Amino acid sequence: MLAFIARRLAQSVVVMLVVAFIAFLVFRYVGDPVSSMLGQDSTMADHEALRERLGLNEPFYVQFYHFVTNALQGQFGISYRLQQPVSQLIMERLPATIELAFASSIIALVLGVGLGIYTALRQRTFGTGVIMTLSLIGVSLPTFLIGIGLIYIFAVELKWLPSFGRGQVVDLGWWRTGLLTESGLRSLILPAITLSLFQLTLIMRLVRAEMLEVLRTDYIRFAKARGLSQRAINFGHALRNTMVPVITITGLQLGSVIAFAIITETVFQWPGVGSLFVNSVAVVDVPVMAAYLVFVALVFVVINLIVDILYFIVDPRLRDGAKSGR
Amino acid sequence: MHSSLTRIAAALIASTMLAGVANAETIRWARSSDALTLDPHSQNQGVTHTFAHHIYETLLDRAVSGELQPRLATEWHIKEGDPTVWVFKLREGVKFHDGADFTAEDVVFSLNRARSEGSNMKQLHAEVAEVRAIDDHTVEVQMIGPSPLYPNNITNTFMMDKTWSEAHDLQEVQDFGAGETNYAVLNTNGTGPYTLESREVDVRSVLKLNEGWWGETPAVTEIHFLPISDNATRIAALLSGDVDIVQDVPVQDIERLQNSAGFKVETGPENRIIYFGYKFGEAPLKSSNITDSNPINNPLVREAMELALDRDAIQRVVMRGQSVPAGIANPPFVNGWTAELDAYPKPDIEKAKALLAEAGYPDGFTITLDTPNNRYVNDEAISTAYVGMLGQIGIKVTLASRPVAEHSPIILANESDFYLLGWGVPTFDSAYIFNDLVHTKNATHGTYNVGLYSNPEIDDKIIALGTETDLEKRNASIAEIWKVVKADRVLLPVHNQVLAYAMRDDLTLPVHPENQPYMTMVKFAE
Repeated sequence: MLAFIARRLAQSVVVMLVVAFIAFLVFRYVGDPVSSMLGQDSTMADHEALRERLGLNEPFYVQFYHFVTNALQGQFGISYRLQQPVSQLIMERLPATIELAFASSIIALVLGVGLGIYTALRQRTFGTGVIMTLSLIGVSLPTFLIGIGLIYIFAVELKWLPSFGRGQVVDLGWWRTGLLTESGLRSLILPAITLSLFQLTLIMRLVRAEMLEVLRTDYIRFAKARGLSQRAINFGHALRNTMVPVITITGLQLGSVIAFAIITETVFQWPGVGSLFVNSVAVVDVPVMAAYLVFVALVFVVINLIVDILYFIVDPRLRDGAKSGR
Repeated sequence: MHSSLTRIAAALIASTMLAGVANAETIRWARSSDALTLDPHSQNQGVTHTFAHHIYETLLDRAVSGELQPRLATEWHIKEGDPTVWVFKLREGVKFHDGADFTAEDVVFSLNRARSEGSNMKQLHAEVAEVRAIDDHTVEVQMIGPSPLYPNNITNTFMMDKTWSEAHDLQEVQDFGAGETNYAVLNTNGTGPYTLESREVDVRSVLKLNEGWWGETPAVTEIHFLPISDNATRIAALLSGDVDIVQDVPVQDIERLQNSAGFKVETGPENRIIYFGYKFGEAPLKSSNITDSNPINNPLVREAMELALDRDAIQRVVMRGQSVPAGIANPPFVNGWTAELDAYPKPDIEKAKALLAEAGYPDGFTITLDTPNNRYVNDEAISTAYVGMLGQIGIKVTLASRPVAEHSPIILANESDFYLLGWGVPTFDSAYIFNDLVHTKNATHGTYNVGLYSNPEIDDKIIALGTETDLEKRNASIAEIWKVVKADRVLLPVHNQVLAYAMRDDLTLPVHPENQPYMTMVKFAE
């Protein structure tokens, strides 16, 4: 088991190094940070001097080497745009993103499973038709449009919910949460719904398909024959057997929700790492971009590692194989 | 009993509402981006300066009319008998937020910090040789040579407290390369009308009225500064009542907001000209099918290109009326502007075609136009419109559209044959335009003269402007330079941008030509 985890961790480091390497390869084509840093009142001599000082004249592999050696010491540099330490900026923004990601995942899971079961059990009803059609819209409309649409309906027209931001936050010292204030919770609703829609439809369709599959299997028929109640069959047997793939998908999706909440965060001015990244790209803030991409790689690597470990625990074949290999 | 309770409640509600109107003091102010830093000398950038103006103050600043006005300096003049020295008399009784007195020593410290190596403001103080405190409230600035326009350069140079700065080791401006952050990036101690209450970068900054401020007490006593980067969300925030003033209003939303009950939009000209530039010189263009010469170097071709440009159509269609078409690359506030220079020819396709034929290009030619797509108002749409107009006279243009972060390096490396750019003139004097856009490009001048226009005679005149103290002679020289620049079509101006601020309709906030409104100027309707 330990050897397995150690091997996985070693592979994770390689993945992160490769991501950073590709990032630095690409950074040369996203523009020049110097002209946006110096502005209009600057001479060519100033530009050259700053470029030299920032080490931007070095070949990319030298810049990459400096980045890696500094990163290994926990140094991600200073943001060109905000002049603050990058690691501090990311840590400050992380709680907002994580709270949004979890809220939207919970919405997606609860509604997705519920609607999935409903549409599987009531196959040819009017309600199912409506839900299935709406789910197509949810999958095909861009997040941007959904977000703006929700803002116009619930903030501008009805004035029920705030149009942007995270509301009041409570500082717990190591975590700034918006979950403990009324304005924070109200602010969370629209972005969480926006971000959850895609996952919601995915989970709903997955649950529905799995349920239909399971309901056709022999042991469900036997259960019916045994005279078990419909309720016990549907929820005790059928649903339990559909949950394994659903949990896997939700877990893996959590990674992409944390990493790619960028559009939702931008539309709602949600102060998370995604909007930090977008603002940094616009002015070629290389230190933030590099650290963010490595961070995203880390999120995926960690989640995959956890999933792997779970498989290892759940699947006896894997475990025995490892034992015999030892 | 019941009714009297109701009456009391009603009276209470009414009184709190009245008090609410009288003390409706908090303004929630939204912009598209946040101030980059609180260090007043580290960035030379509009949003950062505008925010800093609420906390820190400058010796002089600009009124809404564009004129210089006293702020921490009450008087300023050239020293009698020595044209190389500027004398500033300081306002008395001014205190920093921490209670320290504002004196000449602070001015000396601040000006020296602003012109130090790590400062992005240093170019504006390049002519300064030494700053001296004469007494507590008099400062002399020794220039390298006569610098008659130096006061124009200091409207965004903020005054810091020497003692406070030294206590926090702030003699140097933040150095990006050093990998460390300094105290002034997040902490402030100015003399301005507001003090910093809290700040979350990119989220919210809260400012509170500085009770000890020397000026007339403003109506706004608390400011919530809220960056909202997405255009649609920013306007939605105003419409839903989550913010009170939106400073960066997209052109397409102006009319709709004007027609929405409860809101109004104030517009005014901005000090920013939008122009096309192109490559001079004999060398063939990289992006053209004409490989033996540079068609643009022929004055007839440049004239044809101007005749193809329908500025009024761009103003009407692309800008929805929100621009001021221009015949000179100089905004109307700026010294050197005249109505005569600003006149522009009516588009004339036939004549343009004839000129191209006369120049030896009866079938036109091909060229690439580089345009930014996220820097100026509708920048890409302006370029697209001009591509169509040039097509009518046979010049086949390929449009290369990029975000400004990619556009700028291409421009600055002189790699563009034909480009769109905008230029603001913070000194409100033509010399600023000549120095950077007209003077032959070298290490210190002509940074954005990326078409590489070069006219040694004009260069000499531009350099002479820097030290000419006789204002009449100087203005005559500016007029001569503009005459040549216009005749040579060094730059092809399109229009001046228009600024729009949207707000609740019980508020008044005049548009500032440098897009630097002060919340102290906000008035509430009775």
